[in-house]
Amino acid sequence: MSHLVFLVPLFPLLGFLINGLGRNLLSKKSIGAIGTGAVLLSFLVSIQLFLQVLQGGGGVDTLFYLFKTPELSIPFAFQVDALSALFLLIITGIGSLIHLYSTAYMHDESAPHFARYFAYLNLFVFSMLLLVLGSGFVIMFIGWEGVGLCSYLLIGYWFTNNDYNYAARKAFVMNRIGDLGFLLAIFWIISKLGTTEYAGVLAGVSKLSSSDITAITLLLFVGAMGKSAQIPLYTWLPDAMAGPTPVSALIHAATMVTAGIYMIARTNLLYTMAPFTQSLVAIIGLATALFAATIALRQNDIKKVLAYSTVSQLGYMFLGLGVGAYTGAVFHVMTHAFFKALLFLGAGSVIHAMHHEQDIRKMGGLQKRLPHTHLTFLLGCLAIAGIPPFSGFFSKDEILSAALQANPIFYVLGLIGALLTAFYMFRLYTLTFLGNARFQEDPHHAVHESPWQMVLPLYVLAILSVAGGWIGIPEWILPHAHRLEELLQPIFAGSAALTQEHSHLTHAQEWMLTGAATLLIMVAVIFAIRSASKHVPSSDPASGFSGLLENKWYIDELYDNAIVKPLQAFANLLKNTIEKSGIDALVNGVGKLVHYGGRQMRLVQSGQVGNYILIMVLSMVVFLLIWFNDSTLMKFLHSFFS
Amino acid sequence: MPINYYIFFCLALFSIGMVGVLTRRNAIIIFMCIELMLNAVNLLLVAFSKMHNGIAAAAANNPPSTVGGDGQIFVFFIMVVAAAEVSVGLAIIVMMYRNIHSVDINFLNRLKN
Repeated sequence: MSHLVFLVPLFPLLGFLINGLGRNLLSKKSIGAIGTGAVLLSFLVSIQLFLQVLQGGGGVDTLFYLFKTPELSIPFAFQVDALSALFLLIITGIGSLIHLYSTAYMHDESAPHFARYFAYLNLFVFSMLLLVLGSGFVIMFIGWEGVGLCSYLLIGYWFTNNDYNYAARKAFVMNRIGDLGFLLAIFWIISKLGTTEYAGVLAGVSKLSSSDITAITLLLFVGAMGKSAQIPLYTWLPDAMAGPTPVSALIHAATMVTAGIYMIARTNLLYTMAPFTQSLVAIIGLATALFAATIALRQNDIKKVLAYSTVSQLGYMFLGLGVGAYTGAVFHVMTHAFFKALLFLGAGSVIHAMHHEQDIRKMGGLQKRLPHTHLTFLLGCLAIAGIPPFSGFFSKDEILSAALQANPIFYVLGLIGALLTAFYMFRLYTLTFLGNARFQEDPHHAVHESPWQMVLPLYVLAILSVAGGWIGIPEWILPHAHRLEELLQPIFAGSAALTQEHSHLTHAQEWMLTGAATLLIMVAVIFAIRSASKHVPSSDPASGFSGLLENKWYIDELYDNAIVKPLQAFANLLKNTIEKSGIDALVNGVGKLVHYGGRQMRLVQSGQVGNYILIMVLSMVVFLLIWFNDSTLMKFLHSFFS
Repeated sequence: MPINYYIFFCLALFSIGMVGVLTRRNAIIIFMCIELMLNAVNLLLVAFSKMHNGIAAAAANNPPSTVGGDGQIFVFFIMVVAAAEVSVGLAIIVMMYRNIHSVDINFLNRLKN
């Protein structure tokens, strides 16, 4: 049955081709059906594959060889194991829900553009599936580039707006910076190990020196920084909110940004053997988590808050990877996919109902008007805040416990981040849904609940956000109930063997710590609701520390002045000085030389007969000298001169 | 007389003719110089034929042979060609004179444009 693994990426690829090529021919209904159906079919096959893996199946399925020489062979192969099967379910499951949602959200578009949207979305799912199914770094890189491309295409979907195009370009360029690191890591691996397959690399780890491993893991992490929006390559993600909301949900919450975590989870053995890089991963993850959370406190666009929240949660995932909680990080990927997609889709529902108003200062009182959206959004907020028994609690708690065992400071800072998360999410919730309406309701465009294609995915994701954590119940609550850890155990076995298990906390201590943390989070939630109910942020630009937060710590301006402007100046220098005066002058000079030569040659033709005869005679003389250059003639001539 | 004298003499004649062709402006003078060159070559041919004849006769002690006779025959060909060429050339000069009333070759730079 694992021979059918190629079907999983095939369906979205076909969907992309059909919708892309037939965009002027198909009706919107069929376009939506093809797009959603493709991903749904992949989901069904993924379920099959997952069940196979649960029963101990899986393996590597080679389709063909990209490159086959005695020194290096790169197969185009798919690897089905617990990690990739899990990610397959997440991608195709949430993907199909979002496709269904998009059929209603994007229905204002004309048919060719509607088809373009679904084609790009299917292409994205295809690339992401390649990324997680690949059996080696090269296939992963193909998928990696593909998702970057689709991110660019979809962020700039409404291409008539230049700001959106700028955001799309920014996303792509920052991704590319990370990709350079990834490529260098691949080259390093090839040069040291002669293979790009995961199996080969993990088997040959003993051949690498520790500086090799550190370098490779650092370079891979640079790639992950770009793709998963960590400091310093995170500024593209908030700007990427220019794309349609389902795109933000799928790409920038649930799937593409988790590619970095997937990559590190795959190569977890290398990271466990490189403690320097692991600490760096943890520190950057933690810093990003806190930094983004502070910015989210003062954002007033519903999608921007969620974007910074995503950056922050990704930071948590990297923190988990950095302290060795690989299962925890993957767990958080899964739960985050559920509740973040839910939150984004809920935001989309709100935006749709409010006729594309995105400023939360102009919302409020939507609880009664959008009951389904309100309920599911509330569940999502509870999940992300980390309140038991919702899913976010279990995954975040696992990461924080591991952080505590690594370094207590990590735990404290992580906990502060969790409190900030709870605060800004409930601030968002309160300002959007509670209180009185702060907008004028137009009777012609009433604020009403969204159609079923948008509400159904919200409910499905809400159920998953509530119950999704129950597959990962930690030891101190219920022994032997951590299903996810059992599932992923073979993937992380190498790392587990290397690290010593030191859980020097008793179960009672765990209960107390978690209880205290939960209490603090609930306090933060209540504080947020009360503060946001009383005090709506004004529309004037903020000043002082709030202004610093609201303006994203001026990081974009810093990058602009420190990096972009010097590069542009340098490019202008090249353009004007070297290109115009140097190279152009050289090429034009050749032309001018030919012109000049031609002019001078023309003067030979004087039209004077005498000249012509002279030239004829001289040529004859030269000719004779050369042809009759034998000894008798030469001796004869020499007898005159000697 | 040693053959060298003949050869040097013909060389001198030929050179004078050559220089004349290149230097003179009057078309008729140029023709005369061309004739001079042709006659110099004639003389050279006859001298060479005599040279080869003498050597062959001395070597073979045969009845008088015709080795080198073709040199003298060729002279007649050259003379015929010269005559034909002169007639044509003079006809052209006459036409030229009728058009521009001069036989100066520098006038003939119509090829320039």
